[in-house]
Amino acid sequence: MKELFEIRVNSKALLVDSQTTVAVAVVRAGVLSFRRSASGECRGPLCGVGICAECRATIDGVPDLYTCQHWCRPGMVVETEKCPCGKGA
Amino acid sequence: MSAPLQHRTGMPYSASPARVVVVGAGPAGMQAAWAAASSGTKVTLIDANPSPGGQIWRGEQSVSSAGARLIEKIRRSNIRFLPGCQVVDAPQPGTLLCSVNGEPEWISYDSLVIATGARERFLPFPGWTLPNVYGAGGLQAMARGGLDLRGKRVVVCGSGPLLLSAAAALRAHGAEIPLIAEQAPFAHLLRFAWAFRHLPARVLDAIGLGKRLFGAGYRSGCYPVRAQGVDRVQSVTLRNSTQEWSVRCDYLACSFGLAPNLELPLLLGCRIDAGFAAVNEWQETSVPGVYCAGEVTGIGGADQALAEGEIAGLAASHAKTAPELRERATPRFQERERCRRFASAMAVCFALRPELRSIAMPETIVCRCEDIRMDQIAGHKSWREAQLQTRLGAGHCQGRVCGAAVGFLLGWPAEPITPPLFRVTENFMACAGAAAGVTPDPASNPSKQ
Repeated sequence: MKELFEIRVNSKALLVDSQTTVAVAVVRAGVLSFRRSASGECRGPLCGVGICAECRATIDGVPDLYTCQHWCRPGMVVETEKCPCGKGA
Repeated sequence: MSAPLQHRTGMPYSASPARVVVVGAGPAGMQAAWAAASSGTKVTLIDANPSPGGQIWRGEQSVSSAGARLIEKIRRSNIRFLPGCQVVDAPQPGTLLCSVNGEPEWISYDSLVIATGARERFLPFPGWTLPNVYGAGGLQAMARGGLDLRGKRVVVCGSGPLLLSAAAALRAHGAEIPLIAEQAPFAHLLRFAWAFRHLPARVLDAIGLGKRLFGAGYRSGCYPVRAQGVDRVQSVTLRNSTQEWSVRCDYLACSFGLAPNLELPLLLGCRIDAGFAAVNEWQETSVPGVYCAGEVTGIGGADQALAEGEIAGLAASHAKTAPELRERATPRFQERERCRRFASAMAVCFALRPELRSIAMPETIVCRCEDIRMDQIAGHKSWREAQLQTRLGAGHCQGRVCGAAVGFLLGWPAEPITPPLFRVTENFMACAGAAAGVTPDPASNPSKQ
């Protein structure tokens, strides 16, 4: 059994393990749209491997990190951009 | 700003001396590092990711035994492995400026092996920017990272052997796969299977002829034309020679073959031939002392990458004229030749059909970072011209997604590249800039929040 710990995604607490990427944790928190595009579209991750930059979010105050390239750590605080569809932050 | 840097590394250009530096810890890079190190050479192996293996072997629970063995050999060797390391610039010959988990680090080399691999090629079509539209390998990577796909309907579409391996992995993670849509015509797949009928069945299964594995789910000769959904993808419309139809889905996983990661060869001025890094028989590029191995020289899969990696690693760590070197490399030359024949037949089989150039509508976004539409770039003559006029490829991903797309859509070749190769913070620039001559690109400063 993997050890679970708490992180916060857009103020919502959830339990994850250390084998979960931050991108997946954001999805699990019910966030479909990670950011708002230049013309206002809702966007989620595309490539999953640190190329496309669509999954970027703020982790522990550091903006624009590729969430698919980071593992969850206890106490992490993740913030995504506000999105007009209401399925984002 | 420069004080912590001096403290960290002392004199920048002698900070991390290593005779052979290998960029990329996938099959090619690991094999190159191993070959060079086993010849007694000091080797540094760097990779952007937190662990070795490359896209093919990293993080998968059931890594192939060859992959697991090689990773273990590297771990036990005296090779210096530097994870979380992105090449940012090459400020002078023989030196790379890297970002190691956000901190600048200079790495010097006598010989360099570039094994940066390839990424999925995405083609724009209406709806491809909807949330839950992923790359096929991308969704697989998300599943490895813990995404729960149990009971989710995933349509897999695009082209190439990756579709089947991704579909199999997604199924293993609990996804329901109602359709795998391969754009290549059935006749191509048959011709390919006949040409290589002597190969073990598992090989043909793996490259697209595993129809029986997927029952009616695998269809050739069809491709996506649009994805629909309100706040996420809910269905995809596909087309073949006779009809269009829609399939309901929770996720759409698409990829149209692989495109080489050419940023570093381009930065170093290596000659590019037909979209790949050009190399001689020793995998050496047009720049002396700089070698390329693996997908960056041609899409050929892990076996080809291993053969090329070994040749590059041997050559990078030896005087080329040594007869014992040729003797050691000869079996790998033969293996490489066999792989290249297979790879070129595969390239013909899975060649993208011209109809895919017209699935992007004039209003379809091509550059996702800057939201540049097809009609904004179609009138331009080159990547550079379109970039200057529209900011195409000037956003966060720096053209890594749209570059491969327009390469196919408009036939624009890769162009010389300007550093930084990887977007770094202003603080990084301040630390590294003075010593290395890197200047922030004013066109790519983040302006929107």
